[in-house]
Amino acid sequence: MTDLLSLLSWGGGGWGRLLFQGLLVTLGVAAMALPIGLVGGLLLALGERSDRMTLRWFCRLWKTAFQAIPELLTLFVLYLGIAKAISGLAKLVGVAQGWTPSPMVVGALALGLVFASFAAEVWRAALDGVGRGQSDGARSIGLSKVQALRLVILPQALQLALPGLGNLWVILLKDTALVSILAVPDLMRQINLAVASTREPFLFYLVACFIYIALTTVSERLLRLATARQRSGWVAALTERG
Amino acid sequence: MGANLLVENASALIEGTLLTLALVCTALPLAGLLAVPLTIGLGSRSRLIRGPVRAYLAFFRGSPLIAQLFLVYYGAGQFRPTLELLGVWWVFRDAFPCAVLTFALNSAAYTTVLVRGAINAVPKGQIEAARALGLPSGRIARHVVLPQAARLAFPGYGNEVVLMIKASALATVITLFDLMGTLRLIYSKTFDLTIFVWGALIYILLIGTFRTVANLIEQRLFCWPKV
Repeated sequence: MTDLLSLLSWGGGGWGRLLFQGLLVTLGVAAMALPIGLVGGLLLALGERSDRMTLRWFCRLWKTAFQAIPELLTLFVLYLGIAKAISGLAKLVGVAQGWTPSPMVVGALALGLVFASFAAEVWRAALDGVGRGQSDGARSIGLSKVQALRLVILPQALQLALPGLGNLWVILLKDTALVSILAVPDLMRQINLAVASTREPFLFYLVACFIYIALTTVSERLLRLATARQRSGWVAALTERG
Repeated sequence: MGANLLVENASALIEGTLLTLALVCTALPLAGLLAVPLTIGLGSRSRLIRGPVRAYLAFFRGSPLIAQLFLVYYGAGQFRPTLELLGVWWVFRDAFPCAVLTFALNSAAYTTVLVRGAINAVPKGQIEAARALGLPSGRIARHVVLPQAARLAFPGYGNEVVLMIKASALATVITLFDLMGTLRLIYSKTFDLTIFVWGALIYILLIGTFRTVANLIEQRLFCWPKV
């Protein structure tokens, strides 16, 4: 038993330090994917309410496709596709190729695009929830379309969207484990390496599960706090039970 | 050229798709069966029952499916003598039953939360009215609560099925040649990216077909007015 625990220790033969580094990479991937997903989702949601029919259809098609295709497939296509495009481009320009895309960046991009396709639904519902009167009112006091969106609609929509986006964030945290397939040195990858070298799959995969559970649980707590704060301010949120 | 690739690999793609469907169609009913005691347990008044159920749900909903898959497939090997003694080693020996088991355990957790939520969302007045009419609690559950909960849970369950179809692609990481695994195999032979595009279209087609059927069932089954 102590032998098993020493496998997880920080220094000297333990995997603690490497697992921690992996955890940082995992958080890095999630942190890169999040802005892509949030902004992409908002753009898709706005595109879906556009006056132009082609744009509406394009956004709907894009959204449906990324929602339906398995994350693993999106990850592969994007990684291999971008690598191929780069080498093709290099050949076209006549530069010696030798540059491959960073799997971490491509992984984050892929997860961000998937996030965006689901966030589009959340944003759409939130924008619908703000109500027509708000945008009509903003326009009638002389704000431009963009100003109305930025100053009046979005602050209100964000409040409505927060719980839904929070759920997507938790899903994103778990999905980051998939980038280990592209050999990104995230938590899952480090765990796989640890298993390969120690032959203790049960211990390490169990540890992996518990670390991810800790991440998702902390996220859920913080999100609940943030939602409560929106309603009643920080003091009330911190004193509220839960 | 793209269509050629499709024709040449048609049989492999069909086999892969069938394996994907087999995974989904075995895991989902199993998950449904597991979800029944879990749902009842989650609604229990006793902490001794609710606690373990909550822990189960937290574990399977809080960690990535890929980690669970590795845990079951590679982790079980360490307990081979015990599992052989119990006569269940055959489940853990091969990748297919392992994948089905993991998917079922995972999906059962999500289904439980969904169904419990639907049951709790049935208006209390419905139950009070049924009790006032003198219905015994078993019949209240069967004729009043469950039909309404089923309607509330149905759309969410549809999403769960779609997620299961997508998640089944993970089976490829434990050596199964489901649709995703087949695509990777074909790519490693041809280095032609279009195979992934065809693969994506097959997944979209599978999910689109399911959605259409689910919508038809929903309209047929739940045509009675909402309370």
